[in-house]
Amino acid sequence: MAVKKFPIEASHIMMFARAVGDDNEIYYDEEHAKGTEPGSIIAPPTFMQASAQFDPDYFLRPPVDGDGWFGSGGKPSGAKPKPEGEKSGGGGGGGLHAEQHFEYHRHPKPGDVLTATSKPGKTWVKEGKRSGKLTFSEGITEYRDQNGELVITAKGVGVATERPVDQ
Amino acid sequence: MTLKASDLTEGKAHTARLVEDLKRTQIVQYAGASGDYNPLHSDEVFTTKVAGYPSVFAHGMLTMGMTGKMLTDYVGDGRLTKYGVRFTNQVWPGDSLEATATLENIEDVDGQKLANFEVVTTNQDGAVVLKGYAQARVD
Repeated sequence: MAVKKFPIEASHIMMFARAVGDDNEIYYDEEHAKGTEPGSIIAPPTFMQASAQFDPDYFLRPPVDGDGWFGSGGKPSGAKPKPEGEKSGGGGGGGLHAEQHFEYHRHPKPGDVLTATSKPGKTWVKEGKRSGKLTFSEGITEYRDQNGELVITAKGVGVATERPVDQ
Repeated sequence: MTLKASDLTEGKAHTARLVEDLKRTQIVQYAGASGDYNPLHSDEVFTTKVAGYPSVFAHGMLTMGMTGKMLTDYVGDGRLTKYGVRFTNQVWPGDSLEATATLENIEDVDGQKLANFEVVTTNQDGAVVLKGYAQARVD
């Protein structure tokens, strides 16, 4: 994803840490954080995923007026019919997350303002036992800080399935 | 608390419980914090009737995030240098998860010791839901 400005904020870190069940004080208590090795509140290891909040066109967030959002409303799906011949993958939500990798050059802290730039990586196809043909695609995202320094390199792999994964 | 190379031996494992009986509300909480509102994770009607799954399921990144707590509690704050995973099975409401980091080796890069771990998260049935690696600075 391309994000021009991802401001790292303490309250966002607190909410994110709560959501992943992490009660480590370094994610919400500034006084405690001062006494730790990093010396300040830092972002938990998977926090870069929340940069989606700052992507103005993120496709997995309902548009402000809700129009065309593919989740249920009065009907099971609010998606507009697709043009003839255009098919979406199984899973109904633009595919599933297959892999995620992070390389930390340092751990971001409140006050940092990151910029994310992404480029596509490899794509490959595999025959899956439980979900038919699987199409994998890789994306590499570099998060840089306000000084242009590389902070985190992320690699995500998404998979579009032919049908929902058998249970 | 930080981890010392002298306390680590190859094959040494550290295990932590991540969650008991995962609640739908926690999945919603993760959607809100991360910004990933894919209806597969919170919209039971869409997920069962349109996508064809038995119920909503957790974001892979929620499992990676919960597993991350096991790692940072173990290696210390701000010590991770690499963390990567594959999502091998879906995680459902009601699941209970446990994660283990197992030491593979310790390398010395320019005087800094780096510990490499294998990371595995399993559910209550013993099925692997996440498999990957982590690397951390150790003293």
